[in-house]
Amino acid sequence: MALLQIAEPGQSPEPHRRRLAVGIDLGTTNSLVATVRNGIAVVLNDHDGHALLPSIVRYLGDGGVTVGRQAEAELARDPKNTVVSVKRFMGRGLKDVTHVENSPYDFLDSPGMVQIRTVSGVKSPVEVSAEILKVLRARAEESLLGRAGGELAGAVVTVPAYFDDAQRQATKDAGRIAGLNVLRLLNEPTAAAIAYGLENAAEGVYAVYDLGGGTFDISILRLSKGVFEVMATSGDAALGGDDFDQRLFCWVVERAKLAPLSAEDTRLLLTKSRAAKEFLTANAEARISATLGSGEAVDVTVTHKEFQDMTRHLVAKTLGPTRKALRDAGLEWSEVKGVVMVGGATRMPHVQRMVAELFGQTPLNNLDPDKVVALGAAIQADVLAGNRASGDDWLLLDVIPLSLGIETMGGLAEKVIPRNSTIPVARAQEFTTFKDGQTAMSVHVVQGERELVSDCRSLARFELRGIPPMVAGAARIRVTFQVDADGLLSVSARESTTGVEAAIAVKPSYGLTDEQITKMLRDSFDHAREDVHLRALKEQQVEGGRMLEATEAALREDADLLSAEESAALRSELDVLRKTLSCTDHRTIKSAVERVNRATEAFAGRRMDRSIKRALAGRKVESF
Amino acid sequence: MITLTERAASHVSNFLAKRGKGVGLRLGVRTSGCSGLAYRIEYADAVNTDDHTFESHGVKVVVDPKSLRFLEGTELDFTREGLNEGFKFNNPNVKDECGCGESFNV
Repeated sequence: MALLQIAEPGQSPEPHRRRLAVGIDLGTTNSLVATVRNGIAVVLNDHDGHALLPSIVRYLGDGGVTVGRQAEAELARDPKNTVVSVKRFMGRGLKDVTHVENSPYDFLDSPGMVQIRTVSGVKSPVEVSAEILKVLRARAEESLLGRAGGELAGAVVTVPAYFDDAQRQATKDAGRIAGLNVLRLLNEPTAAAIAYGLENAAEGVYAVYDLGGGTFDISILRLSKGVFEVMATSGDAALGGDDFDQRLFCWVVERAKLAPLSAEDTRLLLTKSRAAKEFLTANAEARISATLGSGEAVDVTVTHKEFQDMTRHLVAKTLGPTRKALRDAGLEWSEVKGVVMVGGATRMPHVQRMVAELFGQTPLNNLDPDKVVALGAAIQADVLAGNRASGDDWLLLDVIPLSLGIETMGGLAEKVIPRNSTIPVARAQEFTTFKDGQTAMSVHVVQGERELVSDCRSLARFELRGIPPMVAGAARIRVTFQVDADGLLSVSARESTTGVEAAIAVKPSYGLTDEQITKMLRDSFDHAREDVHLRALKEQQVEGGRMLEATEAALREDADLLSAEESAALRSELDVLRKTLSCTDHRTIKSAVERVNRATEAFAGRRMDRSIKRALAGRKVESF
Repeated sequence: MITLTERAASHVSNFLAKRGKGVGLRLGVRTSGCSGLAYRIEYADAVNTDDHTFESHGVKVVVDPKSLRFLEGTELDFTREGLNEGFKFNNPNVKDECGCGESFNV
C-alpha cells in the first residue's frame, strides 16, 4: 500500500508513474541520501534515526560486507579490512595518496588507481564506494517505496569541484555498480548553493567554503533568478577534517611519548582524536584516554587553545585557494554577498572565525553543514527526474575545475579548454605535423595548469595514423575536446585532407572490469614510446639522405662556385653525414645534418644568385 | 465532510509553513490508474468558486464538487511504515482498490 505525498498544484503524478529521485552526498567521512518529499527537500534517515552513514566499509572473511556504524565499531579491531575515507583514493595512484605511512591498509599500486588488499580479496576504491552507495540506495527505496529493490528513477551524486576526470568517472562507475541510474554528477558547492539559494531565495554573489572530511573546496557562485553560475572554483583535494584528526593524533603520540604504533592502535587513537576534536567545538578541553594493545595506557588532555594552535596552519592553508578563486572570478572581497559554510569541519570555531575575518562578514550556516550538499543534490535530482513544472525549469551552469589540453613538441602542455569554462563545452584547435612526411600523430591528453606535461595529470593517449606524407606544417589536424554535463571528457582528432579520425573517451585505466584493457593500454603506451623513437630516427635518416643527395647534385652542377678549400671542407662534412646515417641515434644524425646545412649556406647563396642572373639575362624590364 | 487526523493536519501545516505559500490542501480524484480512479493530493494556492472547503485541525481542505462524490466521509491520515511515510486515504466509498493503494473503484 503506497503512501501518498503532496504534489504541487496540477502536478499530481499518474499512479505508478511517480519518478522517485534522490540526491546522494558521497562524502569522505559521512554519506547521506536525500529526496524531495511533499515539495520539500529532506534527508532520509535509517531505522535508528541517523541521517549520516559513516563512509566506512568493512570486509569480512566470509565474503560479507558491513557498512557504516557497524563497520566503524570494528575499526579499531580490524583496521586492515575496514576502509575509511575511501574517497581520498578514488581515481588516484599510490603516489597521490598522502599519509601512506599512517594508513593501515595493504595498498596495491595498479595503473590509474590504487587498490586495497583485504581479507575478501583486492578491492578498488570504486567497489568500496559502491558498497556505501548500495546501503544508501536500499535506504532510499525503503523510505520512498516501502520496500527495498524498488525502482528509483535516478540519483544525483555529488563530487568535490576539484575532482578531475578520472575521479569523476570512478564516482560514476561506483554508482553504476551500486545499481543506481546516475542522472548527473554535481559539484558539492553547487549543490550547497542550490539548497541555500532556493530555500532562502537570495540573489547575488556567494562564496561556498566547504571544508569536508577529506577535501577543501572554495567556489564563487553567482545566483540570480534561480540560475546558478559557478564563476570560479579552487581548493585543495587533500585537505580536510581528517588532517585535523591526524594532527591531533600526532600531538597525542608526541605528548604521550609513544613508540611506533600498531595498525589497531593507530586507528584507535585516530578515532579518539576525532571525537576529541568534535568535543572541542563546544567545550574548552577534551580528554583522550585509551588502552593500547600492549596494555599501555594513554591519557592526555587537550585544550581548545592548544588544538587551535596546532591546527592553525591547516586553517591557513585554505586562504590561498580562497584568494585565487576570488581573483579568477575577477571580484573584490566586498562584492561577495554571503559566505556559505559546508562540511562538518566548518563547525570548528576557529574556522568560522577565520572565514568571518577574511570576508569581513559572518558566514551563513543556518542549514546543517553536513546535510546541505545532499539536500541540494536532492533538489537537482527532482528537477532532472522531471518532477517539476515546466515553468519551474532552471538552468545550472557548472565549470571544469582544471584546464584540459594536449602535449605538444618539447613536452609542453597546450591548453584546449581553459579551466572555469562552463560545461557542457566543446572546443577544437588545429595542430599540424612537425616533420616532413610525418604520417602519425600521438595525442596525449593532459589535465592541469602547469606548463610542462610532466607536471600535469596524464588522462589518456591515442594515436592518429594515416596522415598523408606532407612537408612539415602542411597537415591540418583538428583536435576536438568535448566535456559533457558530468564533466567527463571525450577527445577526437581528425586530419582534414583525408578525413582520418581517431577518438577516445577518457576513462581511467584501472581495469576494474577488464584487466586486459589495462594490459593493452600499457602495451600501447610502451610501443608508443618505441614508435616515437623509431620515427624520429627514420625521419632523421630520411632527412640526412635527402640532404646528401641534393648537395652532391649541386656540387656536380656548380662546383666552379667553390674554391678548392671550400669544396674539400664541404666534401668532408658530407662524408661524416654519410657515415652517421647508419647509426641508431637520431640526435647524432640531426647534428650532422645541421653541420652540412651550415657548410652549404654560402654555396646555396651563390647558386641562387647565379640562377637569378641566368633567368634575367637578355630580358627587358617591361616583360616582368 | 472530509477530515484530517490530527497527525495528518500537523504534517500538512508543517509542510505549508516550509513551502512558504498556499492556503491549504486540495484533495480530489481523477479517472486513471489500474482501478479507474486515482487520488490527487496537492497544495492549494487558490480556492475556486464552486469548491467545497472544510476546516480540520486548523488546515483548510479544498475539494471540487465532482470529486467530493467519491470522497465524502474520507479521513486523511499520515502514517509511517518502516522508513516510508506519507498520507493515506480512509475512504468509505471504496469498493475495491488496487494493491498499490494509488487508485480505486467505487
